[in-house]
Amino acid sequence: MLKPINLIASAMLALALASPLAAQDGTPKSGGTLNVVIQPEPPSLMLGLVQNGPTQMVGGDIYESLLRYDSELQPEGQLAESWEISEDGITYTFKLREGVKFHDGTPFTSADVEFSMDKFLRESHSRMRTYMEHVESIETPDDLTVIFKLKQPFGPFIGIFEPGTAPMIPKHIYEGTDFASNPANNTPIGTGPFKFDKWEKGSFIHLVKNEDYYMEGKPYIDDVYYHVIPDAASRAVAYETGKVDVLPGGSVENFDVPRMQAMENTCITDKGWEYFGPLSWMWVNSDNKPLDDVKVRSAIMHAVDREFAKNALWNGLGKVATGPFSSSTRFWDGDTPDITFDPEKAKALLAESSYNGEKIRILGLPYGETWQRWAEAVKQNLSEIGMDAEIVPSDVAGWNQKISDRDFDLAFTYLYQYGDPALGVSRTYMGSNAAPGSPWNNVSNYQNPETDKLFDEAALMANPEDRKAAYKAVQDLIVADVPNIWMLELGFPTIYRCDIKNPVNTAFGVNDGFRDVWIDRD
Amino acid sequence: MKNFWRRFSYNRGAVIGLFILTLVILTAILAPFVFPQSPWKMVQRPFLPPFTDNALLLGTDALGRNVISGLAHGAYVSLLVGLVSTIVALAIGVPIGALAGYFAGRTDDALMRFTEFFQTIPSFALAIVLLAIFQPSLMFVIIAISIVSWPPVARLVRGEVLSLRTREFVEAATLSGLGNTQIIMRHILPNALPPIIVLASLMVAQAILLESSLSFLGLGDPNIMSWGYMIGAARTVIRTAWWLSFLPGMAILLTVLSLNLIGEGLNDALNPRLTRKTQ
Repeated sequence: MLKPINLIASAMLALALASPLAAQDGTPKSGGTLNVVIQPEPPSLMLGLVQNGPTQMVGGDIYESLLRYDSELQPEGQLAESWEISEDGITYTFKLREGVKFHDGTPFTSADVEFSMDKFLRESHSRMRTYMEHVESIETPDDLTVIFKLKQPFGPFIGIFEPGTAPMIPKHIYEGTDFASNPANNTPIGTGPFKFDKWEKGSFIHLVKNEDYYMEGKPYIDDVYYHVIPDAASRAVAYETGKVDVLPGGSVENFDVPRMQAMENTCITDKGWEYFGPLSWMWVNSDNKPLDDVKVRSAIMHAVDREFAKNALWNGLGKVATGPFSSSTRFWDGDTPDITFDPEKAKALLAESSYNGEKIRILGLPYGETWQRWAEAVKQNLSEIGMDAEIVPSDVAGWNQKISDRDFDLAFTYLYQYGDPALGVSRTYMGSNAAPGSPWNNVSNYQNPETDKLFDEAALMANPEDRKAAYKAVQDLIVADVPNIWMLELGFPTIYRCDIKNPVNTAFGVNDGFRDVWIDRD
Repeated sequence: MKNFWRRFSYNRGAVIGLFILTLVILTAILAPFVFPQSPWKMVQRPFLPPFTDNALLLGTDALGRNVISGLAHGAYVSLLVGLVSTIVALAIGVPIGALAGYFAGRTDDALMRFTEFFQTIPSFALAIVLLAIFQPSLMFVIIAISIVSWPPVARLVRGEVLSLRTREFVEAATLSGLGNTQIIMRHILPNALPPIIVLASLMVAQAILLESSLSFLGLGDPNIMSWGYMIGAARTVIRTAWWLSFLPGMAILLTVLSLNLIGEGLNDALNPRLTRKTQ
């Protein structure tokens, strides 16, 4: 029994087969199943509530935003057909696509945009909350028009309309409910190219093609399996045996990358992270003694051998961080105060400081072996300058909890920068964004009125040169205070079979949904 | 004592086992002196193969840590966990078994149902659950292992006590007016000791295996270099650096084997009538 839609798919496949030359030229073929690794298992797929890496990866198939961004961070239309920014930089007018439907068949309208941006995300998404402070009003003159009026110019605003930041949430399901406990969170509904089908906890997440997708012929593949394979070696084996075809960045151990790379029909790319600019660091809980002392923090900064970690743990991929900005983020400045590895200097700083043999608890990131080894290496680095450190084990949920409750001394994390310091950096250092309860805000509780002011001003400056100068000052100030221990700009290679076409074609890589992916297999 | 040693040494395996165990114990004791540096210290480039550098005889692991130092310090951890958790398990299991066996009847029923409650849950699964609830630290690893390993002790002691309590010397003790505590402590338990000793030697081996398995799964104390941890950390590189899992694996194998051999020898020595070889 073929369902009508399968008939269409078969017909299209037949057409594709009928013109082999075109296929070779890259005419997409329909059909097929994509098997992808997801690591670790996401706590939820509701992208409006949870925004950690794995949730963004799966959620990016289900949810969409108004725009998407190419590898140069230039916007392309997604749910918006066109958009316009007024000359004074105050008014943003989006024209939505016609005929877009949520997975439950309800039409997507400007009311959903308003609800998502103004109600849902403002409540649940700490990063969005800070962006939305710039918005004076949202108007919806008709079903397909949304007008954002800003309080003052805010350059980065055009860069926030991607699924991980501004996912479009169905108003008819969430309005008037408690968002966090809405049962619909377990069966997420968006407008994306794939629909949620099944989540076998601990095993796989299955998404199926959205047959009513508004882009002709897309998505090409029938369904996507995200396989939960908790062990890194097993993930590598799963690729080698053909169980999975795509290994997103970070899913195999870094020392296994060369082995995968040597396999037949295997492509590798480090693209698809331009928007994220993943930067790893250790939160320093400055509410705890003796970490409130800048000399102790400086000592830790100089004690940590990051070049070693890069070479021994990250296969030489990535870069040693120079401070709070990733070098791929706009307005990065490399000429900041010295934070290089220097154990002698670290010892001297520690001797001058208020450190008194206190035990420093290091909370590792529970994202696999590399991170575990990294915590061990840091522990050893610290003990070499005479600090007593211990590793606190945890799982993903426990890690979120401990960070939210500020129950740690040092804690590994890595966060995305979203291309612009006003989007991805200020949230980590703004004094007003430090309330406990979120693992993604100013967890270190860094309080510096001067940088707060500079961040505020720089975000609103119209002239990029002025912004550059302000952010230069910010970087100098923050690096001198060492509120966090900056580690590496992470390099995440995506490994995939070469006959999987287009797995990475935007600045978001595999997180941006598999809308354009097709499989060149018979 | 002389007899004991003679019977023990009849069992060749037991002597070899004792020799290996002595080596392991010596290693554990001497580790802090021979390798004063922390086994976590990153001393050389990662993945240095064995026998390439005389100072680092067995090479280095994924972070450039000295493998032989890790093995030596791991010996201490393994023996400590094995011994302490066995002692704790005996401390729980012996009294429960003795009380159940001596008083029989309802006490026996109650205590044995309680014991069975623990016995019906697979011990490794229970240990994992316990460690998931506790913070994985060395103390909780020991506690978890003790909690899952006392029921066999209780059952064994109960059986022994049940058979001893009807003997004449116990009746004589009762008639001479001794209290229950004294009878159990002075007359019954000493006679039940041989099988307990044999079981205890096997329990040490069991505990070492359990600790290694837990550490292998990442449920051990992350601040302690143990053999199980070394295998767990090295398993991802087993194709490129097999020796990193092989060496601690051998260490576990030899230690556990030696304890089993010793257990067999003790059995021969302490229960001469049950053995075949000494006949």
